Amino acid sequence: MSAHPARLTPAVALGLHPNGRGRPWGCLRRLVGVATALPEHVTRVTLIPDRSVRNGVVRMSATLETFEEVIARHERVEPRDAMPERYRATLVRQIAQHAHSEIIGMQPEGHWITRAPSLRRKAILLAKVQDEAGHGLYLYSAAETLGVTRADLTQRLLSGAQKYSSIFNYPTLSYADVGTIGWLVDGAAICNQVPLCRTSYGPYGRAMIRICKEESFHQRQGFELLMTMMAGTDEQRAMVQESVDRFWWPALMMFGPPDADSPNTAQSMAWGIKRDTNDDLRQKFVDMTVPQARRLGVTLPDPELRWNDERGHHDFGEPDWAELKAVISGDGPCNAQRLAHRQRAHDDGAWVRAAAASYAARSEQEES
Amino acid sequence: MEGPLYEVFVRSRRGLNHVHVGSLHAADDATAVRHARDVYTRRNEGVSVWVVRADAITASSPDEKDAFFAPSGDKVYRHPTFYDVPDDVPHM
Repeated sequence: MSAHPARLTPAVALGLHPNGRGRPWGCLRRLVGVATALPEHVTRVTLIPDRSVRNGVVRMSATLETFEEVIARHERVEPRDAMPERYRATLVRQIAQHAHSEIIGMQPEGHWITRAPSLRRKAILLAKVQDEAGHGLYLYSAAETLGVTRADLTQRLLSGAQKYSSIFNYPTLSYADVGTIGWLVDGAAICNQVPLCRTSYGPYGRAMIRICKEESFHQRQGFELLMTMMAGTDEQRAMVQESVDRFWWPALMMFGPPDADSPNTAQSMAWGIKRDTNDDLRQKFVDMTVPQARRLGVTLPDPELRWNDERGHHDFGEPDWAELKAVISGDGPCNAQRLAHRQRAHDDGAWVRAAAASYAARSEQEES
Repeated sequence: MEGPLYEVFVRSRRGLNHVHVGSLHAADDATAVRHARDVYTRRNEGVSVWVVRADAITASSPDEKDAFFAPSGDKVYRHPTFYDVPDDVPHM
């Protein structure tokens, strides 16, 4: 071995830090120096393990001053950059919650795969649920750039320490729900996710771009399914209406509590993690959905819903925030069932993980 | 000695993925990063460089390309255009 790659940050190699040149740890010292002069809320500087470097030594390539500049210029923060611990922790929480939502989100629709009314619908539903799994994986991978592991995040989901979207704690009682979820739930998710493509953390934004491309199929298959049912019998139309009645309010709650009751929003927006407030996104979703509902021929179950010419937006009723709070804290209709199912899937998969590890060990042995 | 082969990936600016730009020979990882800078980013092409030893990469086989990717070939329903949604439905 000639050099010690562990002691040479590429930033130094690239000459980005004049102070660090010739002194491998120079920029680290510089960083520590900066850390002492940080605002009060920043308790320590986080160095992010870079997956691109084999030896796994913790590295950094920028100071926190750079972080503030990057945020001010609306540029992207990348895994090697130094970042305030609270920025990192907020991202881990948000990305993990998002990833868990995709994974738990497979259950309500997965419920209907074996009972899809045709081979066509079954293939579509399988593809969609498979996409949700993929989205979960993109997001876990983005979270892992922040120095956490997927296994750890999974444990935190199963222990209840981390949450997932409230919407997946509602049951899917009829096949029309598959269409309604595609139209309303995925529609709301798209409203949420499109601005996240511009979030300040690079890996998260890039995961969101992939996800948004794929969500379009989800929403359209749902709307097409509902249109097909609406062109069917009275019974089918009633089924669609009943499903929309159940999902409308929970879909509005997907955007989170009202702004006045969302203490983290201001900081998240200042950091560019969030680009819009909960209430703004909710309004946008309502405005987009009303004409779609009209075209579909269903009634949205809100007597207060009407166009407000003065505001240029629809007015709508207040969701039941007590219900949202209850569902988030574990008292929704399906919380226990969803987590138990996820735990069971994890346990049932133990032999697959063991078999894969054992096969890998044997292959390695045979090679050497 | 020319050293092992390294594949080089460059992030051209913040927010973009590292993209494969080529390869080079180097004695070790650290030298490979320096060489990558000199060979591939002489005109400000990058803000970050990754190198990985070529023999550490496992790739799909070109000969099996058709069979390997066939499973996604016949699933047109994974595309949004597969679905008939009238043009007068807004925002979809």
